[in-house]
Parts: sequence; C-alpha cells; structure tokens
Amino acid sequence: MRLTVNGVDHDLDLDLRTTVLDALREHLGLTGAKKGCDHGQCGACTVLLDGRRVNSCLLLAVAHQDAEITTIEGLNDHPVQRGFLDHDGFQCGYCTPGQICSAVGMLDEVEKGWPSAVTQDSDRLSDSEIKERMSGNLCRCGAYPNMVPAIHQAAGR
Amino acid sequence: MTATAQGSVGAPLGRLEGPQKVTGAARYAAEYPQDDLAYGWIVPSPVACGTLDAVVVDPLQDAIAVLWHGNVPALAAVDDPELAVLQSEKISYRGQPVALVIADSLEAARRAAQTLSLSITAGEKPDTVLREDHPGLYTPETVNPSFPAESAMGDVDKALKSAYIAIDEVYSTPALHNNPMEPHATIARWDGDSLTVFDSNQHPSGVAATLGEIFGAANVHVVAEHIGGGFGSKGTARPNAVLAALGARVTGRPVKVVLPRQQMFSIVGHRTPTIQRIRLGADRDGTLTAIDHQATSQSSRLFEYAEQTAVVTRHMYAAPNRRTGHQLARLDMPTPRWMRAPGEAPGMVALECAVDELAERLGMDPIELRIRNEPAVEPESGEPFTSRHYVECLRRGAQRFGWSGRDHRPGRRREGDWLIGTGVAGATYPTMVQPSTARVRRLAPDRFEVAIGAADLGTGARTILAQIAADALGVPASAIDIKIGDSTLPVASVAGGSSGSASWGWAVTGACRALVASSSPEAVFDTTELVGKQGTAGRHAFGAHFAEVRVDTVTGEVRVSRLYGMYAAGRILNPRTARSQFLGGMIMGMGMALHEEGVLDPAFGQWVNNDLAGYHIPAHADVEEIDAEWLDEHDDQINPMGSKGIGEIGIVGSPAAIVNAIWHATGIRVRDLPVRLDKLLPDLGA
Ligand code: FES
Ligand code: FES
Repeated sequence: MRLTVNGVDHDLDLDLRTTVLDALREHLGLTGAKKGCDHGQCGACTVLLDGRRVNSCLLLAVAHQDAEITTIEGLNDHPVQRGFLDHDGFQCGYCTPGQICSAVGMLDEVEKGWPSAVTQDSDRLSDSEIKERMSGNLCRCGAYPNMVPAIHQAAGR
Repeated sequence: MTATAQGSVGAPLGRLEGPQKVTGAARYAAEYPQDDLAYGWIVPSPVACGTLDAVVVDPLQDAIAVLWHGNVPALAAVDDPELAVLQSEKISYRGQPVALVIADSLEAARRAAQTLSLSITAGEKPDTVLREDHPGLYTPETVNPSFPAESAMGDVDKALKSAYIAIDEVYSTPALHNNPMEPHATIARWDGDSLTVFDSNQHPSGVAATLGEIFGAANVHVVAEHIGGGFGSKGTARPNAVLAALGARVTGRPVKVVLPRQQMFSIVGHRTPTIQRIRLGADRDGTLTAIDHQATSQSSRLFEYAEQTAVVTRHMYAAPNRRTGHQLARLDMPTPRWMRAPGEAPGMVALECAVDELAERLGMDPIELRIRNEPAVEPESGEPFTSRHYVECLRRGAQRFGWSGRDHRPGRRREGDWLIGTGVAGATYPTMVQPSTARVRRLAPDRFEVAIGAADLGTGARTILAQIAADALGVPASAIDIKIGDSTLPVASVAGGSSGSASWGWAVTGACRALVASSSPEAVFDTTELVGKQGTAGRHAFGAHFAEVRVDTVTGEVRVSRLYGMYAAGRILNPRTARSQFLGGMIMGMGMALHEEGVLDPAFGQWVNNDLAGYHIPAHADVEEIDAEWLDEHDDQINPMGSKGIGEIGIVGSPAAIVNAIWHATGIRVRDLPVRLDKLLPDLGA
C-alpha cells in the first residue's frame, strides 16, 4: 500500500482496517496528528487531504493511496503556527496540531468563498466566523479565546 | 517582552515547549516508538454487578494473550482497590476492566476484544441512582482529602426559625466527566526487573511509587513529559498503567494501552452527582444569621471517595450559626474522583445560587449582600486569613463588568426574542502547598539545570519554574534548562489542588538560593519540613465571576454573551499563562452550567452519552466575550514567591454566575444543572 505524506511516498504493509490516523501515528512515526476520540467527534486528528481539512480517524488508509496528505509536521513555519505561539493559543497542546491544520484548511475555505452557518452577505472574517468554522475542533483546556486572535493574525489582519 | 535577570517572575514569557506543541514534535505518552510493540485493549464489564466466571477467546482472532482474573499473576494490594485490576471475579460497575486482550496490532487487539465471550453471573438489579432518601446513605468519617465530614456552630435551627427571611432550597449537579483531550495512555516495558512506563499522568513520582508497590519492583521509571490535560483524572495511577505493565510482564514485550474515549467515562473517575440542601437565615438588612449546607453524593462499591462539597461553605461567609454535612451512598457505579475543583465547584453552585435567591427575596443587590457578610476571620476556625480580597474582587469586578445601574428585578431586558440578564457569583479555592524536592546544577558559569519530578499538563508549569529559578539565581530565564516530567528526577508532589507552582516553586527557590549561597556546583532542596511547619487555616484564593446571558424565548437557547472573572490569587507568576488558565476554568464552568451531564441508564448503570458527541464540552462557538483580570496580591505567608494556586478557581462560581444571570434574564430559577433548554421552555411563555 502507498501513502503520500508531506510530499514523501511511503510503501506500507497495512491492515485494511487501519485508518489514516493510525497509519500516521503507529506506522509512520508521525505522531503530530492526535487521537482524541477516534470517532470524528473532536478534530484532534485533523490533517489536510489534498488541501482539505479532514478527520483522519474517519478515513481508511487503503482508500487514500492517491491523496496528498499534509500533517502538522509538514507545515513549515506556517503563519497559523506563529499565531498560536504569539497568542498562547493552547495549553496542554493536545488539540493543537488539529486546531492548526483545521485553521489552515478553514482559511482556504474562506478564501474560496465557501459560506459557513453564520455567514452574512459580507465576506469579512469576523470572530464569529472563525468560531463557527472552528467548532469541529474541541479544546478541553478552553484555549479558544486565544485561538481567535491567532487565526486573525495568520489571516493577515 | 523578554524577561530580565531581575524580573522573570511576573513576565508574560511564552511557554517553553510552545514550538514543540505547534509543530507536533511534543511527545505524549502513547507516542514513544518501541521495538516489537504489542497493543492492549481493555474489555469492559457489560454488567454493573456480578461475577466473571470464564472468558472464551474466538480462535479466529489473533490475540497474543488474553488476561483475566483466571490467569494473571497476583498483584500487591495498594490503597486504591481500583488498581487491583483483574484480581477478582467480582464485578463492581459496568465498564470495569475485566480482561485485557493483547495483539500485534491495534486493529487485531480491538477486534479480539469485541469478539471475546464473557461468561458472567449477573448480580441482582443494580442500585445506580443517587437519591436524597437513598436507604444506604451514611456520613463518611472524612471527606476529600481529609476534612471532617460535619461541622457545627451555634444553633442553626433556632436561628432559621427566628430569621427575618429564610431560604431552603435543594440544588443538584449531575455526573461530570473530566475528558482531557488526550486519553489516558500508557506504554510499559520491562527490562529484567526494571519497569519503564510512558504514562499520561499528573504525578510521575507518585505513579512510580504506586507501580513499584503493585509489582514489587524497585526500579520503576515513569516518563510524563507532555500531558494532554488531566483535570484531576490523571492525578494518580489509573488502571491503564497497571494493565500495560501487567501485559508487558506476561508477554515479555512492550505493551501500549490507550483508553478509547468511551472507556474514559467509567474507568478514570468523574465528578460525582450531588444533591445539596442549602438553608440560609438573614436579618432584614441581609446579615446572615444561619447557614446550613448538607451535601449528598455517591461513590462506588470498590472505593470510598467522598466529595467535600459543603466544605467551601465553612469559610465563605460570616454567620454565627452554621452547619455543614456530607452523606454518601455506595452504588453499583463507577468510582467518582477528582475533577477540577472537587468540592468547591459543585458546592459553590448551591451556595452562590442560594445567596442570589436571598438577595432577590430581600430586594438587595447580590453584590452588596455578599459584602455585608464578609467575615473578619475564617468563620469556623476563627483563624485570620493570610490574605482575603473577596470584597475588592466583587467591587472592582463590578466596575470592570459594568454592573452599576443594574435593575435587580428579573425579566426586564428584552431585545427581540431574546431576554437578557446578568449575574454574579463568588469564587474561592484553598491555597495548598505540598512537600517537594528540587535540584539545581551549574552546567557552565551562565547555564543552569533545574530538575524536579513535576508535570506540566498545560498549566505552564515548565515555564513558570524556569522563571522562578531565574529570579532566584539572578539570571535570565533563558539561562535555565528545566527538566520535569520524569520520576527519576527529585520527588515532586502531584499537579493537583492548584498546588503545583507553589509547591515546586518553593523547592526550586530553595535549591537555587542554596546554590547561590554555596560554592558547590549542585544544590538540592527538600521542603518537607518547612511545609510541615505551615498552618493550614485561612489560606484561600478568592475571586468574583460575572456573566451576561441572553435566552431565546422561542427555543430556550442560552448564550453567554459575556463572562468575566476578577481574581485575588496571590502573585501571578506569568500573566500570559495565568490568563489562559483562568479562562480555561471559566469555560469549563460554562460547560457545567449549560452543557455537561453524564446521562445515566439506571437499568444498566451506564453513562449512555459516553463520547464527545453525546457529552458536549464547550466548543469554539459557545464562547463569546470572555476575560479574566486580577488584583495585585502578594501573600508572603504562603511560600517564597507570594503566589497562590490558579488552576481551579476559574470553574468555582462561574457556573453559578451564569445560572443567576439566567434567572435575571427570565425570572426562572433552575436548581438542577445543567440548564438545558427543556428546563426553561415550559416557563418562558414567549
Ligand atoms: S480523533 Fe478524529 S475526530 Fe477525534
Ligand atoms: S490545548 Fe489542551 S485541549 Fe486544547
């Protein structure tokens, strides 16, 4: 089986039941993507699949052999990472890789003009837009208030 | 801002491990590569009581081993019976680990566990529901950790009878689940008689000692470098650590056991449900004449954990006649344990909602009512407070929040379909210090290593200890290499009870001062004796929480439009990480007020919403405007830094402030948390 992660092709011998998340964590040593629930309920496992944010615990590795997977390890000094550092956008850090990958994917969705449940007619990236669009990523430490300015900063405002 | 040699403490230094956390490089317990690793999967009991008679493994599944009480080596008993895993046929609650399946892969272990047949003799209909009139209620000898279960002064009944106004209400809070984002996880490996354990916990020194006792091993090395939250649930060794070590011993391979989210609801502890009766008597001017707080909670058959729910009432307000008490029922249910501010968090829901009800009945400003009852000394001990700036928190917080001019009558502000209200509640948390030892070494003339077996669960402990050491040595924080999260470092106390920074910081200060005073390249400092000489009374942090909510009259939806905390919690060692911690506590308090609830299936003794879809913890969109500030307090009677603890006070009182604001918005008193919309809708009368 083949997986392309952060631009590197890997030949792997995986169980058909192995998820993308378990392939990353247990077989490729890429433990940046976290497992918080294994059920698509927390967002800790968020990675980018062909540029779109996905919960990697819900994807079977065997079904994504042709995809380009980008994990937190593949983000190179991204403005979202800088924003999280500058604004203390985390505490324990366990949800953080997922939050960051999710924010990267989310900013791209905004860029493309995809609406969210709270989008009014303006295309301004308001606080409530960020909160709505990031609500699939839970943070038990409650670091949310600092993630909003972190994401604003990354969005260049 | 960079910290200077003279003033690292108090500077908003960024987390030292921040770069690792935002790049995925920070390693958590389940993430240490091992050769020949095997995976363990816990099989939970499907019944709440009974006996496990046999285990039948599906021969088609490729398990390496299936451990259960019929085939595991005996373990030495320790004071937590929950750690005697797989030692008995007896089943004490649904979800209790009854077997461990070990396989070459995660997928194989999980499947083999799912297909395992358990032959069980189920017990009688399980007793699972806490009631105020439960026939098994008793008064425990002490409540967590070692307070007397009861206290009394004066004549409460007489005072209540003759009071100008008396309040008598029952408040209840549900089972709450810690749910740190990182599941409890362990990798265990034996090298001969030495055990190495990578474990997600709040107390590496303590977990090492416990595992050493259980396995009779002299050499136990616990690594907990990064911990993805714990909130009390990782304060002691949990069954996953024992099971992984057991599995590794039996198979001779390193074994990894990570709890699936669903199992965390039963195995690692949770906050007990509480039923609390509060009675207050007051004069016409609001002076309290009597306070009575009686709390009922539950524990498991296995282990007596008695939440200290009413203890907070012993030091909050003045009143000549006062009584507190605790009753406990032992049920066929999982063991409750510590969850962020055990005791204070649920206790202050009842007390601070009752005080609000009293203010309503008296037609008083609830802030003025609280100030009127400010005690001069700790009411029950009669000891002075080392520092108490509760009134200042209320007054200053009120100013910052914009309280003045509030119409104290409910249901007066409406915008479209929304009713708007504001509420206030006090906050407090005991200031604790525990014995710890630190070591400092001079590596080079301008380079120091500070080592202590502390744990950073996201609190910022690593950073703060470096700041403390820097000041004590008179060097910049960048000159410090800080080593924590490892049981081979000098013994440290648990990261719990908001006591971490105070306890470890004291040891670090002592070691650094000793190094400066001597010419040797290394100094070690143990605070055991100093801590032992300290008193315990009159030591608390205080604060005030303010909330503004809006309630949709059509749907009953509650939104917290503003949440604000003002604290007097000793010297704030790092304003950047402190603010984050306060806000995190307040957000968890919002969850307690509005969202969180372990829903019980009484027939099976099962938390039915045992995942993150069914158990709602606050999400981004739940948090609107929120802020935390603090007064400049420096308490030099507590520790050399002048600090108190800040990890838990944010969840104390914030739920009550929200519930009181909901009443102010709607006129509806909900006394049974969480305030779900179905509890408001019948009375909203849009
Ligand atoms: S681990 Fe994938 S969403 Fe939680
Ligand atoms: S930083 Fe701890 S869960 Fe988000």
